[in-house]
Amino acid sequence: MSKSRKFSWYYFSSPQSFYPLAGTLQPWFAALAVLLCAVGLYISFFVAPTDAQQGESYRIIFIHVPAAWMSMFLYLVMGFWSGVGLVLNTRLSSMVATALAPTGALFTFIALWTGALWGKPTWGTWWVWDARLTSELILLFLYIGFMALQAAIDDQRRADKAGAVLALVGVINIPIIYFSVKWWSTLHQGASVSMTGAPTMAKTMLLGMLIMALGFWMYSIAATLARVRCVILERERQTDWVAAEIGGQK
Amino acid sequence: MIRALGWVLRRDLLLAFRRRGDVVNALVFFVIVVSLFPLGVGPEASQLRNMAPGVLWVAALLACMLSLARLFAPDHQDGTLEQMLLAGEPLVVLVAGKVISHWLMSGLPLVLMAPLLGLQFDLPGDALAVLCVSLLIGTPVLSLIGAVGAALTLGVRGSGVLVALLVLPLYVPVLIFGAGAVGAVAAGTGAEAHLLLLGGFLALSVVLAPWACAAALRIAME
Amino acid sequence: MLEARRLECTRGERRLFSELNFRIGSGQLLRVAGANGSGKTSLLRIICGLVAPSAGELRWRGKPIRSEREEYSRNLVFIGHLNALKDDLTALENLQVTAALAGMSAEAARMLGALDTFGVAHCAELPAKVLSQGQRRRAALARLALSAAVPLWILDEPFSALDVKAVAELEHLLAAHITSGGMVILTTHQEVQVVAHAVVRVDLDLHTAALLAA
Repeated sequence: MSKSRKFSWYYFSSPQSFYPLAGTLQPWFAALAVLLCAVGLYISFFVAPTDAQQGESYRIIFIHVPAAWMSMFLYLVMGFWSGVGLVLNTRLSSMVATALAPTGALFTFIALWTGALWGKPTWGTWWVWDARLTSELILLFLYIGFMALQAAIDDQRRADKAGAVLALVGVINIPIIYFSVKWWSTLHQGASVSMTGAPTMAKTMLLGMLIMALGFWMYSIAATLARVRCVILERERQTDWVAAEIGGQK
Repeated sequence: MIRALGWVLRRDLLLAFRRRGDVVNALVFFVIVVSLFPLGVGPEASQLRNMAPGVLWVAALLACMLSLARLFAPDHQDGTLEQMLLAGEPLVVLVAGKVISHWLMSGLPLVLMAPLLGLQFDLPGDALAVLCVSLLIGTPVLSLIGAVGAALTLGVRGSGVLVALLVLPLYVPVLIFGAGAVGAVAAGTGAEAHLLLLGGFLALSVVLAPWACAAALRIAME
Repeated sequence: MLEARRLECTRGERRLFSELNFRIGSGQLLRVAGANGSGKTSLLRIICGLVAPSAGELRWRGKPIRSEREEYSRNLVFIGHLNALKDDLTALENLQVTAALAGMSAEAARMLGALDTFGVAHCAELPAKVLSQGQRRRAALARLALSAAVPLWILDEPFSALDVKAVAELEHLLAAHITSGGMVILTTHQEVQVVAHAVVRVDLDLHTAALLAA
């Protein structure tokens, strides 16, 4: 008599079954990331036309803008998974959220640095208090706050849940913060110095940025999968399967 | 339910009255911080007048944030917080009572003190009035958001600085529109839009923050 | 009326107890025994609903306590290690606030009567910070004298810091509560001299309940 086993995604919601899945998928996403970023960089350096006003230095926008998009997107994803972990009480979702945070913070940092590198040749200063850069700065603080809170709480479940509440509060606040900073920036600075109103988008430029964004996205998934594997090993170290896993690798 | 809120309020106000020093210290902190800025940037009148809305708001924000340490931590230490969680009244109501008493003890004194400090910066009369109104609407928002931060970091080591790290980024919109309101009046344009937005923030935080705070308290007590 | 099924408690990395089952009904006293660190306080906190167990569930009158948290909280009184007294409030004021939050009348005469039960009525107007350990414990326990109508009493080491007279008074109060149909769950290092036939014992050292009807 044959028993048909229905395949269920819930199978992967336990850390033990997700661990090997993450290990298998990770190299593929890493490869995709390298591929897409290579294509994106090629477009940004060789295909996209030179800008009339800013010359070649504007090309950093191909890293700056996708990094900024990713930083915001990852915060939303992080908020989503922590929320799931809070409501459904699943450990793996919280682990994924914890694993996402450093990558999100990294992209925020990249956005800030590339913003500075763009500002110097274009407007002569290393930092401009424009809407996007200031919002990115505040977003960096939100990421750091999330990581600091989780690091400061010893009890793991409490750290997960507290981080979830913070992340959800952050998700609600991010549009408000962005709107406020945008308003503040237009009021005080006038229209001259603004990275949001940069060179009008030629189609190739947009394509380049989208491909870079996809590349960053693949990188984020790859990095998060790798990190989540480490988080799983660390948190589940009392279980037999982890002991076997680590023992087998020695 | 209102009765329970009333009793929480009454208890906290009684405690504040018996420890008046704590309330006064926070107010003195506000005054000192405000006085630091002219010492730092020079006494030139027009520069101070331009800076005044921002300086007063930042100082108010910091004073509010410092007083968050008194919100839940003492209750956590002597066991009264545990009893509030077991009270059989909705925790949201009791949290609302705590936040209201926190605002009365830390936010309201700032509202009353601010005009005097505004005079030190030579702000005109209508700007002073708007300063008061903006603080009146804005400081409850600071208390509400701060309560969530205080609840999340309850009993955590290094919680003083951690609360600052969590809560200050969330304070940014209130700061922008609060200081912006005063700046707009000083510049001659109207402050209605700013104050309306602040009112919007207040409405949003009144609805959302008590729930987040209650959830955070339950998480902290586990 | 209170039933625990397969309760498990994990604190940090340690599993304190698992597969804990017990049932306590009206007129019964449950004594939780176990060495220091065996999880007695954690178990009481789980019973109160402050902490969720890592496995298993608790049912009050057939319904899981998670689903009706406020209703369940109204049916219990918890007095833990901490006295839940505000240092700057007098014993009387502390009791008034406690009573009011529990939905009872906070009338001063009633409060004084309750304080008198434990012999601290003379401390009523003194701030809690000037009271001795024993007096504070008694001021905290005075709440029980008002809680006859609350079915479930959960007490963590209630006898600690009490003198002989106060211990007797507390035992008297517990007995009265049990005889009138209430339930008591407590942890203590000493033997409880209460109505003998109603004592149920849970021994956490064994990780499972050894139900010994005395």
